[in-house]
Amino acid sequence: MQNLVILVGALFVLVAIVLVHRIFVLVGVVKGTDKKRITPANKWNAALMVVFLLVTLSISGYYSYVHFDEYTIPIASEHGALTDNLFWITMGVTGVVFIITQVLLFGFSFKYQHNEKKPAFYYPDNGKLEALWTIVPAIVLAALIISGLSTWHKVTGPAPENAEVIEILGYQFAWKVRYPGADGQLGKHDYRLIDADNMFGMDFSDKTAFDDFIPRELHIPVNRPVEFKIRARDVIHSVFIPQFRLKMDAVPGMPTRFHFTATKTTEEMRRELNDPKFNYELACNQICGRGHFAMKMNVVVDSEEDYEKWKAEQKSWLSKNPEYLSRIPEELKELALVKTGMDTEAEANENSL
Amino acid sequence: MSTLDTQTAAHVEDHAHDDHHEHHDNFWTKYIFSTDHKMIGKQFLVTGIFWAIIGGALSMIFRLQLGFPDMDLEWIRPILGNWITPQGKLDPEFYLALVTMHGTIMVFFVLTAGLSGTFSNYLIPLQIGARDMASGFMNMLSYWFFFLSGVVMLVSLFIETGPASAGWWNYPPLSALPQAVSGSGAGMTMWLVAMALFIVSSLLGSINYITTVINLRTAGMTLARLPLTIWSFFLTAIIGVLSFPVLLAAALLLIFDRGFGTAFYLSEIYIGGEALPQVGGSPILYQHLFWFLGHPEVYIVLLPALGITSEVISTNSRKPIFGYRAMIGSMLGITILSFVVWAHHMFVSGMNPFLGTIFTLLTLIIAVPSAVKVFNYLATLWRGNIVFTPATLFSIGLVSLFISGGLTGIFLGNSAIDIQLHDTYFVVAHFHLVMGSASFFGLMAGVYHWFPKMFGRMMDSRLGYVHFWLTFIGVYMVFFPMHYIGIAGFPRHYYSFTNFQAFSGFSDLNAFVSAAAIFTFVAQLIFLFNFFYSMYKGRRAPQNPWNSNTLEWTTPIEPGHGNWPGAIPAVYRWPYDYSKPNADKDGFEDFIPQTVPLSETPNSNLPFEKEQMEEVKQK
Repeated sequence: MQNLVILVGALFVLVAIVLVHRIFVLVGVVKGTDKKRITPANKWNAALMVVFLLVTLSISGYYSYVHFDEYTIPIASEHGALTDNLFWITMGVTGVVFIITQVLLFGFSFKYQHNEKKPAFYYPDNGKLEALWTIVPAIVLAALIISGLSTWHKVTGPAPENAEVIEILGYQFAWKVRYPGADGQLGKHDYRLIDADNMFGMDFSDKTAFDDFIPRELHIPVNRPVEFKIRARDVIHSVFIPQFRLKMDAVPGMPTRFHFTATKTTEEMRRELNDPKFNYELACNQICGRGHFAMKMNVVVDSEEDYEKWKAEQKSWLSKNPEYLSRIPEELKELALVKTGMDTEAEANENSL
Repeated sequence: MSTLDTQTAAHVEDHAHDDHHEHHDNFWTKYIFSTDHKMIGKQFLVTGIFWAIIGGALSMIFRLQLGFPDMDLEWIRPILGNWITPQGKLDPEFYLALVTMHGTIMVFFVLTAGLSGTFSNYLIPLQIGARDMASGFMNMLSYWFFFLSGVVMLVSLFIETGPASAGWWNYPPLSALPQAVSGSGAGMTMWLVAMALFIVSSLLGSINYITTVINLRTAGMTLARLPLTIWSFFLTAIIGVLSFPVLLAAALLLIFDRGFGTAFYLSEIYIGGEALPQVGGSPILYQHLFWFLGHPEVYIVLLPALGITSEVISTNSRKPIFGYRAMIGSMLGITILSFVVWAHHMFVSGMNPFLGTIFTLLTLIIAVPSAVKVFNYLATLWRGNIVFTPATLFSIGLVSLFISGGLTGIFLGNSAIDIQLHDTYFVVAHFHLVMGSASFFGLMAGVYHWFPKMFGRMMDSRLGYVHFWLTFIGVYMVFFPMHYIGIAGFPRHYYSFTNFQAFSGFSDLNAFVSAAAIFTFVAQLIFLFNFFYSMYKGRRAPQNPWNSNTLEWTTPIEPGHGNWPGAIPAVYRWPYDYSKPNADKDGFEDFIPQTVPLSETPNSNLPFEKEQMEEVKQK
């Protein structure tokens, strides 16, 4: 309906324009101005240049100021503060250049509109000016490059030794996360072992896989380095958590990684935003098919104690899917039962029986 | 002088020869299988306009979805059929097909073929003083390969599984596996075939442009006297020749992966309940190959627009272009650098971060020549005597859009900032301003400026003004708000934003953008009317409507095959002698065409020109 109104409105405007135009043409023919090179329209166009400049600058300035809190999102990671800082420095520099050049462009267009009495100034060249406006942008850009690259280096450098390693798997159209369990090591995987239950293709001939657990939500500790090991199973996806300023493609056949330190727990963020329903979300940022826009996983940033507590509560994937015990080589079965805690469970069951 | 004499004689002979042919022109050889560069240029233009309407219309449909997600789209069912779900909504997969085809069509068919194809063909022989392209037959083939490519692409829009829908870059594995998205079935095959044909067309055209510019310049037309339009077409053609074959390679390997079980791009994939046998391939390889064309492609669409703007701004501010040599230098710089910045599209693709370092450095360097160009435009306008023709307006608009979109490139080229902005609406805003809109404005400037030469009639300038202002306001209303949406983190290619808290805002701004897009699209009807109406009913064009210096305005108002009825004029000066001091004493107004010898302008000659004359006399 809204759309229909717009269309009808546009049509009316068009009809009006055509009519007005026709009248102008006829008037022009009568007055003999239709063959002149400089018509009164020259002044109108020159004036509109300035009007356009002023109106657009004020509207965009107003919107940028008033809606600042809506289009800027809070930062919740250590490196996010760095990249955002860089963003705003660049905004400052380019903002100044933007305003100066646009003002000159529209200002000159207005000021030097055609005037019979003032011929144009024949001024083909000036080596010094060219050098000036080559060197100055080069210096400014060099400064931006240097600060940018030092930040990039920090963000993409190797993860700290003590980083909490979590594996993220993207597939059409959802995410799965896997934690290394008590032994702190993610078990091996092979894509040929993937099936409807074993979505990571965990290889149970590797004993470090026994205690890996796969929760429904992504939990991470606050103020502690976390390293995401990122994989994709079918097509390219991309891990994106806006508040962390975190983005990395998930590529089939080529594991990628991203490390960061979250600085605000979910609770803290809820208080800061005064929004009790706030949740961090993991989104897909690389076109991946029909459900691309719905690939979401909740992310919970816990305090250190909450995180450890939550982790302790998690049961290994193997213990939840005991039928996969049969895939374990005979000599490792005992170990698997111990590592997954299934031995005590089994005993408890026996006792209760 | 002797070389000049023989050349002229040869040309005269040529001409007699051409004249002989002209009498035998029938409908088919004149309008369809023409080998005349002017007709081929017009064919590219009209085909480009057709594709612009299709590409624009596709964007209208997905903007409805994005701006008014609750709208009942039942009324488009007659066109889209089952791509409208029983609930009256757009099918999410067809949404992806729409954005994919919008991108492909606009980038390749409109802004490459429609812009470069039109004006390189039309202007190169006319502005360098040649009878036609080096090979008229190859030129004709170039158009017909493009036409064929278009037919295949158009048909792919109507097949049951839908056209390609993995984004205009069509990254594998998504584009390689029909299980992943239905558009990767027959639609993708047709996309690849169409692109292969398009590449053939582009190469045939580019080789011709390069050869023509190098070999067929008229007497006196040294490289330093070429209009900047020709320089831009020449460099564009060089970029095309060097980069398009790489896309062909990428497409070929993808064809193998899709049909012949190879694993160039595929590795360790589990999809649709089965593990595929391919291992060892790398999807990143495709990205490198694609962007090795994909980035230079940006300059393939932009450079001709900048060349046209240089010419139009200089002519209509009645001033020489400021820093002619710096303009050529910066275009050369852009040409070379355009080949070494491609991986800035891949900062978060998982490639080695060290590559990110290198490509940040190289990418931001390319901002320097771009900045030089902007400053030179501003200096050209400074103390000019500006005549606002519709072409002037579109050129000034181009500079404004080029600044706005160029500056946001400095954010995106910096890898650390790109982490957050990558593939968000900030990127959409950036490239639609700097590449899409700026090039489109260049195309429009060119059409308004050379329409009188093309069709012997004037376009209505008042309608041109209205068209410009509505379009200019329109594109800023469409693309400026996208920056905010992008800073807020909204990702591209999302069918709807309702699933995420983080992306739940800005429905008002999205609706505004969609309304503005419809507004801008409808405003193009003014142009369409003006274009086709003026072709038949416009006021008859004078010989040189814009008082311009370049050679094309010395041809008859409607030049025949061969361009000049007599000898090809020789050239004695650069094309930017506007408002030269003392020109009035030599009997000239505020312009001295390239064909006027220095000996006829003793009062206005500059010291270096006097020296040149002395040298000629001594010889």
